[in-house]
Amino acid sequence: MNQMTEEGYVTEDGRTIGGKLMEMRNISLRFGGVKAITDISFDIREGEIRAIIGPNGAGKSSMLNVVSGFYVPQEGEVWFRGEKRPQMRPYEVARQGIARTFQNIALFEGMSVLDNVMTGRLTHMKTGLAAQALWKGKAEREEVENREFVEKIIDFLEIQAIRKTPVANLPYGMKKRVELARALAAEPRLLLLDEPMAGMNVEEKEDMSRFVLDVNDEFGTTIALIEHDMGVVMDLSDRVVVMDYGKKIGDGTPDEVRNNQAVIDAYLGVAHD
Amino acid sequence: MPEQVLWGMEVFLNGLMAGVLYALVALGFVLIYKASGIFNFSQGVMALFAALTLVGIMEGQVPFSHLINAALGTELHHFGWHVPAFLAILLTMAVMVLLAWAVNQFVFRHLVGQEPIILFMATIGLAYFLEGFGDIMWGADIKNLDVGLPQGINTTIDEVTYNIFGYGFFIDNLDLWATAIAALLVVVLTIYSQYSKQGRALRAVADDHQAALSVGISLKFIWILVWSIAGFVALVAGIMWGTKSGVQFSLSLIALKALPVLMLGGFTSIPGAIVGGLIIGVGEKMFEFIVGSMIGGATENWFAYVLALIFLVFRPQGLFGEKIIERV
Repeated sequence: MNQMTEEGYVTEDGRTIGGKLMEMRNISLRFGGVKAITDISFDIREGEIRAIIGPNGAGKSSMLNVVSGFYVPQEGEVWFRGEKRPQMRPYEVARQGIARTFQNIALFEGMSVLDNVMTGRLTHMKTGLAAQALWKGKAEREEVENREFVEKIIDFLEIQAIRKTPVANLPYGMKKRVELARALAAEPRLLLLDEPMAGMNVEEKEDMSRFVLDVNDEFGTTIALIEHDMGVVMDLSDRVVVMDYGKKIGDGTPDEVRNNQAVIDAYLGVAHD
Repeated sequence: MPEQVLWGMEVFLNGLMAGVLYALVALGFVLIYKASGIFNFSQGVMALFAALTLVGIMEGQVPFSHLINAALGTELHHFGWHVPAFLAILLTMAVMVLLAWAVNQFVFRHLVGQEPIILFMATIGLAYFLEGFGDIMWGADIKNLDVGLPQGINTTIDEVTYNIFGYGFFIDNLDLWATAIAALLVVVLTIYSQYSKQGRALRAVADDHQAALSVGISLKFIWILVWSIAGFVALVAGIMWGTKSGVQFSLSLIALKALPVLMLGGFTSIPGAIVGGLIIGVGEKMFEFIVGSMIGGATENWFAYVLALIFLVFRPQGLFGEKIIERV
């Protein structure tokens, strides 16, 4: 990695990364007496692929839930696009342009793939209740425009063949892809992926990795992801935050992190003598 | 054709019409249950409350007049004006939306994430509150509701059937209207929920709260919307039942008839509510007609519940409900 500045940096593969899109400052999160996150700070830069890794129970998902507004930290500040974010509900965060997927897939099982992806466009639909009820002019035009965008996403993620299929009937790997499609349909400024490859076979993992890279490349979307598979993380991400027991133990490029003694200890275990 | 068969046909048709009214109430249950997982015990009382409010507004009744008179020693009862039916219906709808907001604000907002049984208990409380509130607001006497729907025997059907069979069928105009309005209501609600932005958001919330939040849906807005729609359905049901049998507090008991309807049709299915309503309506009328006379009548009181019980044994998810498969 070249010199890191306020304005950004250039990655090893020559992509230019911008300034801070999101910044977490001294975040602490507790559930009763349990400390899930202790005093963690890091930033996510415009256009980069940022990974959060760590052993089970390190607090990675909690961190992602803080970013997406599902958890409210007791301490710390969240900055988004240069402004301090007031306490927000998850749907308000979503409307700000932060889309996410879930570790245990949260799709609308009763709907078709197309309808699921269309829900991702809800934040872009402006027509009021009355016009919608009467289904006139503007509402119709809006539906058609949004539909066109959604079809683009569906093509992009190669799920044309299952457009009309009820989501409940899809295999696991496909559900993960539909969930990604729904998040992408929102045209997010920041895309959060909670273990996008968990439970996948090698082939599915390769597909998903390709899509993550393509999304970043094609739409310029900033992506923050949590992943267990170290190989995948090292290949995909520009910078990595490493967490263990709710604390940050490493932050840097994959190479830097790989050689960090604290990280090696956390993953391989260390003799306590 | 033998007279018995003709009578049977007439009873069958009247059963269908009665079934439509059951279906209307059941529809309100299904809508809320699908969207929020709450089994709304107060749906019947909401219909009563809507009908009371409608009559009150139409006749220019002073709300809370007993309370006001008792406190201030006045003799207020009526404003002295009459509001046209159409305007009164719009105003009543506004009251139902306000009620939807209040229900969410003061009750269900505080119960997010609670067990279904807790939510169910809350709706029982709501039912009793609303019944008392309606009483304080509008008084407990039986009122006539006339929004201009035609009532009485449909002479066309009477004549046509007389010319064909030599026996005129007695079909009430009001029942015909109720059927048409119920059909329209179902079509409108289906189109709305399938093709509009809010409809899609509504189904999304019903399916998965977290996922709905993640795509920017405000649960609060959707819940108020759902309760408003339930209020609207309650208003329609209240108008029909109120016109048919007067606005009285026993109206809330029709909600109980919606229970067997739902057990038959399934708690999550709109077509189920309709078909279930029709089966119960026809079933109880035909049963009374054929078997009733042999066992001393009054079978309409229990037939629906027994039928529902039999269904519970053989098909607990109802005709159209989703099969519940629990992983062990």
